[in-house]
Amino acid sequence: MAKFIYILKRLGAMILTLIVIFVMSFVLIKLLPVEKSIGQGNAARIEEARREALGYNKPIMEQLWIYTKNILTKWDWGTSWKIDYMADVGDVITSRLPPTMLINVYSLLFSVPVGILLGIFAAIKKNKWQDQLISVMIMLFISVPSYVYAFLVQYILGFKAGWFPLVTSSLYDAGNSWFSWTMFHSMVLPVLSLSFGDIAGLARFTRAELTEQLSSDYMLLARTKGLTRSQATVRHALKNAMVPILPGIISMFVGVIGGSIIIEQIFGVPGIGALFLKSINLKDYDVFMASSMFYTVIGLAANILIDLSYGFLDPRIRMGER
Amino acid sequence: MDIRNISKEKLQFVEGELQLHDQKFETKPIGFLKDAWLRFKKNKGSIVAAIIILIIILFAVFGPVFSSYAVSDCDANYALCRPDLGLDLPFWNGDKEMRLNDNYLALLYGIGYGAEDPDGSGNVAWQQAVDSEYACIVNTKDSLMESGTHYTYCDVDTVMRVGFSYQTITMDEYNAIRDWENTSGIRVIYPMIDYDSEFCMDSDDANCWYKSMGKVPLTKDGNRATLEYLQANGYADNYKRDAEGNVVYYVNKDKTMISVRVLYYNYYRYLHEGSRPTHIFGTDGQGYDIFIRLASGARISLLLAFGVSIINLTIGAFYGAIEGYYGGVTDMIMERITDILADVPFIIVATLFQQHFVQTGKVSAFTGLLFAFVLTGWIGTAYRVRTQFYRFKNQEYVLAARTLGASDMRIMWKHIFPNSLGTIITSSVLVIPSVIFSESMLSFLGIVNFQSKDMTSIGTLLSNGQKYLSTDPHVIFFPAMVISLLMISFNLFGNGLRDAFNPSLRGTEE
Repeated sequence: MAKFIYILKRLGAMILTLIVIFVMSFVLIKLLPVEKSIGQGNAARIEEARREALGYNKPIMEQLWIYTKNILTKWDWGTSWKIDYMADVGDVITSRLPPTMLINVYSLLFSVPVGILLGIFAAIKKNKWQDQLISVMIMLFISVPSYVYAFLVQYILGFKAGWFPLVTSSLYDAGNSWFSWTMFHSMVLPVLSLSFGDIAGLARFTRAELTEQLSSDYMLLARTKGLTRSQATVRHALKNAMVPILPGIISMFVGVIGGSIIIEQIFGVPGIGALFLKSINLKDYDVFMASSMFYTVIGLAANILIDLSYGFLDPRIRMGER
Repeated sequence: MDIRNISKEKLQFVEGELQLHDQKFETKPIGFLKDAWLRFKKNKGSIVAAIIILIIILFAVFGPVFSSYAVSDCDANYALCRPDLGLDLPFWNGDKEMRLNDNYLALLYGIGYGAEDPDGSGNVAWQQAVDSEYACIVNTKDSLMESGTHYTYCDVDTVMRVGFSYQTITMDEYNAIRDWENTSGIRVIYPMIDYDSEFCMDSDDANCWYKSMGKVPLTKDGNRATLEYLQANGYADNYKRDAEGNVVYYVNKDKTMISVRVLYYNYYRYLHEGSRPTHIFGTDGQGYDIFIRLASGARISLLLAFGVSIINLTIGAFYGAIEGYYGGVTDMIMERITDILADVPFIIVATLFQQHFVQTGKVSAFTGLLFAFVLTGWIGTAYRVRTQFYRFKNQEYVLAARTLGASDMRIMWKHIFPNSLGTIITSSVLVIPSVIFSESMLSFLGIVNFQSKDMTSIGTLLSNGQKYLSTDPHVIFFPAMVISLLMISFNLFGNGLRDAFNPSLRGTEE
């Protein structure tokens, strides 16, 4: 019961935060100068009607009311005026989701096992040269900004060696499928660039957790009971070490939808990050508002998920109890 | 000796009547900072990192002093020059490897050939042209045939490659250049090309001074000239000549201005009082010197990072101190405020700030970004300070101070705050790399616009350099290098500080 109330409390706080950010962003965006209609003839009349329906000429608070009502009743996030002319913003965002999600899912599928394995390896070889090598690599990959190694892989693997295309191929070139070989091949470089940071972070975390578990008393007990070193490590230490690591991985999966704006920009991925940037540059404010909210929700959800999953995974943590 | 039968006289107090007091320490006391310094010193990685940071700061501050360029200096003729250290090294010497077809090779050889012959006499041996001070082909390497065209790999000096260019000047300037030529012995003005003739390839290209058709060099008789022919007989010039057959050095453009053809390298020396172009890190696509732009960009990044760090530290310390010290309802209300603020995505705040304040011209891009960073940045510091205050506020020494009548303010700043200093300093140092990273990311994405004549940032340099990643990687290499070094060193330095300020680690390394 305490757990349930705790979750409700957290969700309530999240919704409150969301409302505050929503109102703030909406008002600030609406205070920006509105671009004039770009349509001509009949299109201009339709556009004018749409603007009227969205309350563009009314006071901001009234617009906020209309906007909120539209979202809650019709899931209508407004209209894109520039990016996809007169398209529904909800559709615009959904159409940009697949490439972003694909790249991030590929990257996760690659980096989670590699990162954890590297971390385990380093922990087992603690203070030997393998561990030191891995630690230095981790240090480098965590510190160096992701776009720098994006440039590096783009230059070395993409340009010099010519193994992979420099930018992600368009949906049309890939035969109208997100899952074709052409598409996958062109996504290798962004996936790699995304993965390095994740691998390094996971490896460092795993190494720290596992070394702590390996030196604890229950390991000694397990060994005295006759388990081999590898048995004790896999069955006892690893299990315990995973407890703080899993929440991180779970939240990474939420972050999959958000992706990395900068990697998308470098490799020309037509994803949600590119959409966000485009909406700023073209002053397509409805899209900007919706994508901002999208990022906010993802951030909030990831936070909550981390906290809750700690409670579910680790029986020592009793949620909501004092 | 028999212990039991020692005579009483032999037994006496060692100290006698002497009174014993506490002795003063003969060793020097090790204070909090000294202790931290002792532990920091042992961490070799952090020391190296600190030195690198220092070098980059010196570079950012004093780079402009040592460079012969200003941040706003831009010379489109010298766009995309390769880095040249000026030390005659086999690498880092301003050369670029290019694959040239024969016509282009002839064009580049022609620069050295033409430069050796300022009077249009035509008496230049091929070897003289190749060895010329102004020759841009440093050496030739392999050649190959590809789909019927003959290509040669060459190392080309990117500064000399500019060759000749047309300049529009006044007659007074013309005379001034002529005077300078006489005193320095350096030839600036070269014969004009007859661009009305049928042999002119491109009337804008001052390097194509010989007879050519399409892009093919021609012999004197108007036949196609091969490279071998040019080597044996030289180029057939296409200079504009007057009635007596002498070359002409200028053409009137309008009433006051004349058009001249200059060897740009020497014209540059004329403009810069004899000094040669020295681009240690090369130039970018617009012709800005990367060294000075990078120093300026690094300065913006560092200024922003230090500024944010200090402001965050101040706000966070006050906020966290009040939260932690008073606790209860005060704490709860203030915590809820930070909870909401902390969840506002930074990139959206930064974007909105830029749209509202910077693009409307109310504040500069720098200030707008500073505000955006500060808006949510202090929360981390406040959180740490709050934790420290919770930890220390119930300690005995605080109780003692309160019993003696110390005010809340005094207890907070004189008694508790110094104890949490280590954590606070560490967190402020670790804020710096994250600010540098976010700043470079935002300016790379173009959300923040630092692109102007007098200002730039590392992110802007990176985004400009991305266009030339495949052809001229040096444009992106140096900014990427500096920012990577900054990030690595600040992280190492911060980690070293964290360990140094953590007394529980004392003696664990030995």
